[in-house]
Amino acid sequence: MLTHFINRGNKSTKLGFGEGLLEAAILNERVVAIGADITASVGVDLFASRFPERFISLGIAEQNCVGVAAGLALSGKIPVFATYGVFSALRTTDQIRVSLCYNRLHAVIGGAHAGVSVGPDGATHQALEDIAVMRVMPNMTVLSPCDATQARLATMAAIQQCRGPVYIRFGREAMPDFTSVEMGFQIGLAQLVHEGSDIAIIATGHMIWEALQAAYELEKEGIHARVLNIHTIKPLDETAVVIAAKECGVLVTAEEHQVAGGLGSAVSEVISKQYPVPIEFIGMNDRFGESGTPHELMQKFGLTSGDIIKGCRKALGKKK
Amino acid sequence: MCYTLTNDLEKLGLLARAIRQSVVRSLAEAGSGHLGGSLGSADIFTTLYFSVIRHTPDEPLWPGRDRFILSIGHIAPVLYATLAEAGYFRKEELLSLRKLGSRLQGHPGRDHQLPGLELSAGSLGQGLSVSVGMALALKMDRLDNRVYCLCGDGELQEGSVWEAAMSAAHHKLNNLTVIIDRNSLQIDGSTEKVMALEPLKKKWEAFGWQALECDGHDFRSLLPAFNKARMELLHPSVIIAKTVMGKGIASIEGDYRWHGKAPTKEQAVAFLRELEGGIQNIEH
Ligand SMILES: [Mg+2]
Repeated sequence: MLTHFINRGNKSTKLGFGEGLLEAAILNERVVAIGADITASVGVDLFASRFPERFISLGIAEQNCVGVAAGLALSGKIPVFATYGVFSALRTTDQIRVSLCYNRLHAVIGGAHAGVSVGPDGATHQALEDIAVMRVMPNMTVLSPCDATQARLATMAAIQQCRGPVYIRFGREAMPDFTSVEMGFQIGLAQLVHEGSDIAIIATGHMIWEALQAAYELEKEGIHARVLNIHTIKPLDETAVVIAAKECGVLVTAEEHQVAGGLGSAVSEVISKQYPVPIEFIGMNDRFGESGTPHELMQKFGLTSGDIIKGCRKALGKKK
Repeated sequence: MCYTLTNDLEKLGLLARAIRQSVVRSLAEAGSGHLGGSLGSADIFTTLYFSVIRHTPDEPLWPGRDRFILSIGHIAPVLYATLAEAGYFRKEELLSLRKLGSRLQGHPGRDHQLPGLELSAGSLGQGLSVSVGMALALKMDRLDNRVYCLCGDGELQEGSVWEAAMSAAHHKLNNLTVIIDRNSLQIDGSTEKVMALEPLKKKWEAFGWQALECDGHDFRSLLPAFNKARMELLHPSVIIAKTVMGKGIASIEGDYRWHGKAPTKEQAVAFLRELEGGIQNIEH
């Protein structure tokens, strides 16, 4: 068994994003950031106060923000633009498709307020379709880190290592911070965070913590669940997914996103072609979120460790 | 070395005619594409590439170049014809327009490696935002390259254009000049009938721009407008260039049905003869 992960304290992935942006900006003066009014709410305030001359305020005009990012990228800058994912990925989809992706420009688009864990703001502000829309864009890289520490590393990697457009999603609520810098972060390489070969839980974002809790519970019953952290939705680590299917024989995916088009779909696309095994999906099922506390909403929509355990039992029942 | 620019009106006239001829030839060969706007903006392109923009056709990525962004990707044929005329590639290649494997995509695509092309574009309302980003980056780096962006008038119905307009004025991008191909037409007919744009000059002024009007077919009217834009210290400039769709071919001038149409080969022969003034044989 690998590390037994412990929560060092709750921290939002949005803060991790803000710290990663600041750190990358200290290392590379080409990094510039675009603000669409809600900079503090998406973690960009750290950068803006440190580098006011490299911060570009464009107001509540997300379509323009993406186009401007394209122009900056064409002129030698590494632009980072973050706002709520419902706006940065969805309102601007055409700009991302043509100005960024078709032009293969290195810009980092941050999508905050991912998932229902946004809480009381309700459905309009809970990004649940961003992974689906971003991952179908040619040339796009899609990152979905699992905690604040990983969000920081992912953001730095998106800025320093990528050559094309990157979408990185992160949450609002302070959630367990449990990964370490030593674990590293390599785009496109899934992380094995819990060993086991009875079943594999393939998860992303906040659901990694829930998946780990589920695995620890199942362990007590003698069920050894593998947990794969898919922090990179695209390019998906197909090898890790197929090996999990082969070695475990049954899969459960877990995400704070619509199952349709999200991680569940991405994993299905791979295994249905390369190594079909029974699969269960934990995620949003073709519906909008609503108001409530993050915890209440995760429960209501079946996104807790308990729901993952239920999913595992159901999946194990189908195992040949 | 920077391309030698000219203010010689006769020379410019000949260049514009050659560009129009290339447009007709390439569209007839392609069998589809947008003739009306391509002919209508030919004098603007001529002014830009032969009188205004600093550029080096033999070194397309020269860092000292001014940037030209075509926001209305559908008039790609006139951009291609102009780039070929300026020497970025051979004119023969214009006949590959819209064909499989061509560097001359129906709407400009950088993936296809055409020298001189700054941006893949075709979805309306995005070019100005990209131009704003370029102008911001140049200012940040204290470089004096200028950014030129050509927009259609119908395109101004896209809300994102006005987001970009607001941001250019807010950031005092006097290194940015937008040219509007004001032919007052779009696919469905008159812009004023489809969705009125007037009072257009006042709109831009209200958004904080220096707004200039000129005759988009008269170099003596176009050149001073570009000069005035270059002299402006505080505001981005917009040149509303009044044009006639299909300019140069009497039978199609001002006819919106030629917005998205290519001439047949027979029509092209007649069009080329008309452009040539009926003097020369138009075979190539
Ligand atoms: Mg028009």
